[in-house]
Amino acid sequence: MNDLYAWAAIGLITLAATTGDVLLAYSMKRVGDVGELWKNHGLLAVAGRILRTPTFFLGLVAMGVAFYSLLFGLSWGNLSLVVPASASLTFVANAVAARIFLHERVGRRRWLAAFLVAAGVALMAA
Amino acid sequence: MTFRKYLVLAGITVFSTLGDSLLARGMKQLGGISLHDVSGLLLAILNPWVTVGILLLLAFFASYMSALSWADLTYVLPATSIGYVLVALIAKISFHEEISPTRWVGIALIAAGVGFVAAGPSVTPVRPSEEAAPALPVEEVKS
Repeated sequence: MNDLYAWAAIGLITLAATTGDVLLAYSMKRVGDVGELWKNHGLLAVAGRILRTPTFFLGLVAMGVAFYSLLFGLSWGNLSLVVPASASLTFVANAVAARIFLHERVGRRRWLAAFLVAAGVALMAA
Repeated sequence: MTFRKYLVLAGITVFSTLGDSLLARGMKQLGGISLHDVSGLLLAILNPWVTVGILLLLAFFASYMSALSWADLTYVLPATSIGYVLVALIAKISFHEEISPTRWVGIALIAAGVGFVAAGPSVTPVRPSEEAAPALPVEEVKS
């Protein structure tokens, strides 16, 4: 039964972390190249532009949800299961979500990288 | 990709790895804090390890946001995951921790993944028709 709870938490962490990453990536693409912006308009312009991007805050909320689900997940399952499993799944879920929602060109190279890193992270905990 | 952008990617790796380790070290020093003990959590900030850890994680977040403003999510995430390898190697070198064969395989897979993605283009070119926000010029796409 506890296993079921742990996997439910892993699913929730992965979902929330992926949502957060996608929202933050989307927001920062709308803000534009931060380095250029800083050089041409100053740091205040960068901060102002980020603060005027509502999806940025949604992304932060999703990251908060991911963090608290991790805390709850840790109270139900083992550290050595919950952390690597959710980290590993997040790499693959992010590749799928970035392709669908951010229209990123995820070629063979990037699929391979996502799966290699996901497998590596899972093995590191073993 | 300019040298400065590679520095930002390195910053993501180093800040998150160091930040996490310092935070973990500080929290271990404090002992168990329950979720119900809010004052304990607030007081944890006064621990110097925790303070520096939080500052480093803020630096991590700033460099992560910067990277996402000029590179794809599917590039940034795998490219910065070399931190897992660094932690294992630091543990082996400075704390003489054993690394099991399985973990060596994991290290090799992560390193291969990082190599694969880092050798490819860092950003998907913006199609001018679908971008409403004033898009800044996208830098060269190396392949």
